[in-house]
Amino acid sequence: MAKMTKEEVIEVAHLARLAITDEEAVHFADQLEAITNAMELLNELDTENVEPTTHVLEMVNVLREDKSVPGLDRELVLKNVKEHEAGQVKVPTILE
Amino acid sequence: MNFETIIGLEVHVELKTESKMFSPAPAHFGAEPNTNTNVIDLGYPGVLPVVNKRAVDWAMKAALALNCEINRHTKFDRKNYFYPDNPKAYQISQFDEPIGEHGWVEIEVHGKKKRIGITRLHMEEDAGKLTHTGNGHSLVDFNRQGTPLIEIVSEPDIRTADEAYAYLEKIKAIIQYTGVSDVRMEEGSLRCDANISLRPYGQEEFGTKTELKNLNSFNFVRKGIEHEEIRQEQVLLSGGIIQQETRRYDESTGKTVLMRIKEGSDDYRYFPEPDLVDIIIDDAWLERVRAEIPELPDARKARYVSELGLSPYDAMVLTLAKPISDFFEATVAAGADAKLASNWLMGEVSAYLNAEQKELSDTKLEPAGLAGMIKLISDGTISSKIAKKVFKELIEKGGDANNIVKAKGLVQISDEGTLREYVTASLDNNPQSIEDFKNGKDRAIGFLVGQIMKQTKGQANPPLLNKILLEEIAKR
Repeated sequence: MAKMTKEEVIEVAHLARLAITDEEAVHFADQLEAITNAMELLNELDTENVEPTTHVLEMVNVLREDKSVPGLDRELVLKNVKEHEAGQVKVPTILE
Repeated sequence: MNFETIIGLEVHVELKTESKMFSPAPAHFGAEPNTNTNVIDLGYPGVLPVVNKRAVDWAMKAALALNCEINRHTKFDRKNYFYPDNPKAYQISQFDEPIGEHGWVEIEVHGKKKRIGITRLHMEEDAGKLTHTGNGHSLVDFNRQGTPLIEIVSEPDIRTADEAYAYLEKIKAIIQYTGVSDVRMEEGSLRCDANISLRPYGQEEFGTKTELKNLNSFNFVRKGIEHEEIRQEQVLLSGGIIQQETRRYDESTGKTVLMRIKEGSDDYRYFPEPDLVDIIIDDAWLERVRAEIPELPDARKARYVSELGLSPYDAMVLTLAKPISDFFEATVAAGADAKLASNWLMGEVSAYLNAEQKELSDTKLEPAGLAGMIKLISDGTISSKIAKKVFKELIEKGGDANNIVKAKGLVQISDEGTLREYVTASLDNNPQSIEDFKNGKDRAIGFLVGQIMKQTKGQANPPLLNKILLEEIAKR
């Protein structure tokens, strides 16, 4: 059975941009360990001759013709934006 | 210790479809900020993307032109990341079943041919455009969000900055010929990142690589790689280690600067895109797309050499950009001598375009006009020198070369009697030149020719004038 460490939880939380405390990380590590261990039960199945299933529907090639419709009204788009300037969305600069 | 440089390039090309990859919003460059968006691009809850058929056709077309094998079963995956250029917090891309794999292009550097492998070509969507204002905030324009992209990943087969340059030129030319993209670096429809590592000669294992971004022209790709080669060598020679990191090329200093320590591939947590079903490409679809691929630059180049008698170098330069190559073909089809047409396009025409910073299509020059002018040179009606005046008129105002020559009275003087009169008068007026010539100073002839050209406003037929001048001077 796999062991889930506090460090792994902090790493995953960081990738999801979630702020969690050390106590929470320990708490979630226990829960996640139980979940991943439950998932590992599936490894007992022999899937040698089973194709990976990404969809349950047997549907392929759902495509549309290359036709455009006018874009949304900018006023409407910017209504859901916290701050904007000169028709553009204003965000804090992310330093790389 | 001597190091070998290992370079792999990632090239992103925007497809010039009418609508976006997964949404029906317009996919055009240059619109007012945030006017070409759609709820799908903006990642509203409950929306469903639908794949643009033409984008798949065109990605397949590009993949085939780059000698890739087409995966008959291809699918989309979700690449998760947080960055303000993408409101969905994921990019729909292709992970393990890209549309094309195992391709190659042939490049030529310093006369040596080399095949550069293409690992994969996959479809994805572009992100929005961020402009950093420099005072703590950035502005985002989502017009580009969702524009169809293909990413072309090379094998680490490239060894020098010159090879990287040649590879990019070749990729650009091939894509341009297929017509699926404008491949304009200045408009961002072609972009390039470079992966660079060094290893001691003889070592099989690759060294740690760095990724170079912000390479906004082919020249910056070359300079960025050259700088990064030296930087890594200095680090290694001083006993340091290369970190896997992303670096930015700084145009003003010509140096590369650290952007961030690279996140590993796992960190994107790819998984099959649940909102899109798989794509199965059958023979009929594949062959339909294959049949749409026009003659590509290498084939054209070979034909120019074998059928039109051009030198391999001239044929290579002419076929680099499709507009020039198409123009050349139309000029030859309009009756111009191929070698003269090639010389004019690579000489005067390209010099004019460079000086004016224009594209051929921005000028008034037409293939028929250029062909007409070249015919007038071939049949001796005008000299090459006069042709330059006609050319200026043709490229700036357009029209018919014959009419320009007549209207401006530029017809070459090829009448022997008339030329002989000029020669006689010139010799009478320049006894010193005759003396000089007799004393073995050949440039006296040049001086006399110059005088007569001045008097005839450049219209004297040069070979005939030379001949008559030599005859007459011998009589003195």
